[in-house]
Amino acid sequence: MSQHIVSQQLRLEPSRRPLGSLYAGNVRAVFSRGVKATWGTNWAIMVSGFVEPVLYLVAMGIGLGSLIGTVTGPGGAEIGYANYIAPALLAVSAMNGAVYDSTWNVFFKLHFAKLYEGMLYTSLGPLDVALGEILLALLRGALYATGFTAVMGAMGLITSPWALLMIPAAVVVAFGFASFGMAITSYMKTFQQMDWINFIMLPMFLFSATFYPLSVYPEPIQWLIQALPLWHGVEMLRQLSAGIFTGAILVHLLYFLVMIVLGLILSTGRLRKLFLN
Amino acid sequence: MPQTSLSHRLPQQAPAAVITARNVVKTYGDFNAVDGISFDVQQGESFGLLGPNGAGKSTTMRMIGGVSQRTSGELSIMGLDPDQHGPEVRAHLGVVPQQDNLDEELKVRDNLIVYGRYFGLPYSYLRPKADELLEFAQLTDKAKAKVDALSGGMKRRLTIARSLMNDPKVLLLDEPTTGLDPQARHILWDRLFRLKEAGVTLILTTHYMDEAEQLCDRLIVVDKGKIMAEGSPSALIREHSTREVLELRFGSERNTTVAPELGGIGERLETLPDRILIYADDGEAALEQVSNRGLRPITSLVRRSSLEDVFLRLTGRSLID
Amino acid sequence: MTEQQPSQVPGGQEAEAASRASAESAAAGKTPAPEPDAAAAAGSVEARVPAQLTLREVDALTRPVTGLRSPLSPLQSAERARNFGSFYYMEHWLRQLRGYGWTVLMTAVGTPLVYLFAMGVGLATLVDANTNVSLDAGNGQAVPYLVFVAPALLATAAIMVASEENTYSVISGFKWRKTYYGPNASPLQSQQLVNGHSMGVLARLLLTTGLYFLCLVLFGAVVEPTGWVMIFTAALAGMSFGLPLMAYSASIEEDRGQFALVQRFIVMPLFLFSGTFFPLDAMPLLVRWIGWISPLWHSTELGRVLSYGYAEPVWPTVLHVAYLAVLCVVGWIFARRVYIRRLGK
Repeated sequence: MSQHIVSQQLRLEPSRRPLGSLYAGNVRAVFSRGVKATWGTNWAIMVSGFVEPVLYLVAMGIGLGSLIGTVTGPGGAEIGYANYIAPALLAVSAMNGAVYDSTWNVFFKLHFAKLYEGMLYTSLGPLDVALGEILLALLRGALYATGFTAVMGAMGLITSPWALLMIPAAVVVAFGFASFGMAITSYMKTFQQMDWINFIMLPMFLFSATFYPLSVYPEPIQWLIQALPLWHGVEMLRQLSAGIFTGAILVHLLYFLVMIVLGLILSTGRLRKLFLN
Repeated sequence: MPQTSLSHRLPQQAPAAVITARNVVKTYGDFNAVDGISFDVQQGESFGLLGPNGAGKSTTMRMIGGVSQRTSGELSIMGLDPDQHGPEVRAHLGVVPQQDNLDEELKVRDNLIVYGRYFGLPYSYLRPKADELLEFAQLTDKAKAKVDALSGGMKRRLTIARSLMNDPKVLLLDEPTTGLDPQARHILWDRLFRLKEAGVTLILTTHYMDEAEQLCDRLIVVDKGKIMAEGSPSALIREHSTREVLELRFGSERNTTVAPELGGIGERLETLPDRILIYADDGEAALEQVSNRGLRPITSLVRRSSLEDVFLRLTGRSLID
Repeated sequence: MTEQQPSQVPGGQEAEAASRASAESAAAGKTPAPEPDAAAAAGSVEARVPAQLTLREVDALTRPVTGLRSPLSPLQSAERARNFGSFYYMEHWLRQLRGYGWTVLMTAVGTPLVYLFAMGVGLATLVDANTNVSLDAGNGQAVPYLVFVAPALLATAAIMVASEENTYSVISGFKWRKTYYGPNASPLQSQQLVNGHSMGVLARLLLTTGLYFLCLVLFGAVVEPTGWVMIFTAALAGMSFGLPLMAYSASIEEDRGQFALVQRFIVMPLFLFSGTFFPLDAMPLLVRWIGWISPLWHSTELGRVLSYGYAEPVWPTVLHVAYLAVLCVVGWIFARRVYIRRLGK
């Protein structure tokens, strides 16, 4: 009799929330830990992430611009070379930041610092961890995008108020790369495998209509590039920066929304498999 | 290689030293990590440095190993000054550092071969030697594995195998079993005994008293860079402690209040935060005296004295922590 | 690279031991009132009168724990290590490299292909289409953009490899994996690790620049028959950047993201402002100095002379080589110093 009562008192209430085993609704804990860690350690590195695209813009825009002159921009208008590459560089920097945060950084925490293992021993679920880390990457991305847009303004490269929309758009681009990058990283086991990420990033960076229009390529190669995410990011930001829109911008946006959802589903599943088995 | 007969040079009783240290000092900034220590290590003996973390054991080992320049004093390894003849001294030694520094990018067997190359040894010797030592270290079936995949005990044994690639005359072991589980420790001790049988001189540091008692013929107790005592484990215990120890626990709050009531029992009494130690040659008799005074400890334990007690006596502190 | 001269091993060790023993007792006699503990310890040691065993005697008393006996005596080992230690470490280094050989090859072939397609072909269509401006070979002749940019891309590849090999792998040897402390306990000397590592890096650099050069030829980016010399001038640029970086990496006690800063504040500006993608004169004077101190610029200018006969007087050419060489030597000296200090603590 008394035994019966005791066993009832100790029974835990199962969670009735949706995704109960994956998500504890406590993204904030992961996020604020990340903010604290970043705040405490590497200020210079935080700032330097913003400097890189600016250096590119100055060097390529001014130096290379003097060799190239003008280029055909969105809607067929002739624009300066710096105007042409600036939104592309913003997309690239959104990609780089997000990929770094969600691949190398996550890989390190996963395999060396064993940070996630510790987190998942608490009430946090894998989705909390994934979302928290990604949000952190996005916060950084948003700060950089704002800074870069300001530099563009200072260099006289902003010609339309629509250009301010580049900031949220860059965050969307970063979100896509971050969630997808994290999913891929969860499959990686060694540093050598991580190197392969660079092999994909470099050609994508150089070929995605960043420094010259896609039209220099034969048609099959154009299709290949159009299948890759960065090209969609570059085109989306380029249209916003010029304030000239075509229907294609919706396709670009949709591309990233699919990427975000797919990436989140994959990384949550993987984190669960890695730790909660 | 001509074999020298030793009998005419060495009187039977006089032990011959492979290492002599005289007033060795190592200073970092204004901190004396090693503060004037002197000792001799004889051929074939196993010599221990026992002391807590930060006592200067590892620094001493690094000076013997010819990788750290001493600040002052005399140090001679088989007639060579390690500061002057680093490569020559190191060619005679095998070193097992406190922290494994195996090359995780190479496979287990390659770790041995690569290390042997540093001694200028040819592959025709290194390949079969590596296989022999893998066998010795009970790692033959791991030869092609990555270092990553080894357990802590296996890594330790691989490090020992690596240190034997050059047939060292003296083996330096810095905390050889720290962090290993009991079974892994016993396997390792067994291998070390076999080295000793082969005439290899062992020098090891440890902060485990049982390890020191198991492995060392002779040891020095080191604290704050100084030698506190020297001798064989049993002699040290005889000299600095009683035969038995009675450990009493009255609960963390009460230990200090009860202690004064225990006066006169045994030869000596130590009050620690968690227990009271009564040093007596007959522990059971001491326990009886305690209960005769109407004191009821929560737990009581009679055990033999150990090096831990020696250290406590000499420094007033525990070895670990 | 020179090895330290072997110091003479005393032949008569017995004599030396004896003289040392007498020196010690003399010293002990002079010591004023030693501490009681120390006196007791010293006394007991003195009483035993240790005879120091010689190397040979110890050898005779010890046998290997397994069957095979080392074919070299320790003294022979030490001598070999003094003479060839740098090569032994290079051997180790190259073995490690083989572990990620695929990555190395893919980088060595993939990078030039990607850059040449992007810059030499893609970007070139824009530059060469702009008839208002043309790149000048210094003698009034126009140069296609692909040919102009090729020497810069080659030198860049070398510097990238050098910066990869002289950052994380160096600090890892000291700190994360502590792999330097293995060889450090062997007869090798600290500076031999510097030499061996650098020779390994040089080998990888030459592999990279050699393959890169073949790609350049395939793309028709090299005009003059002297172009092949760029394989070496580019590798030299890699070393001139890598050696000082190695010294810096070795001096890092705690990783606080310094390498990310090096990448962003040193490598990246050098890459962008060294006359890589456009002549240095296209930039305002304010930033042109970056090019002047950049090993990349010096190597690129050399490459342009070699590859398409860029006309410049002799003295700048000499200056380029000298500057790169000086950086190498200074970096090497510092690296040796830092390694010796840190490993000998």
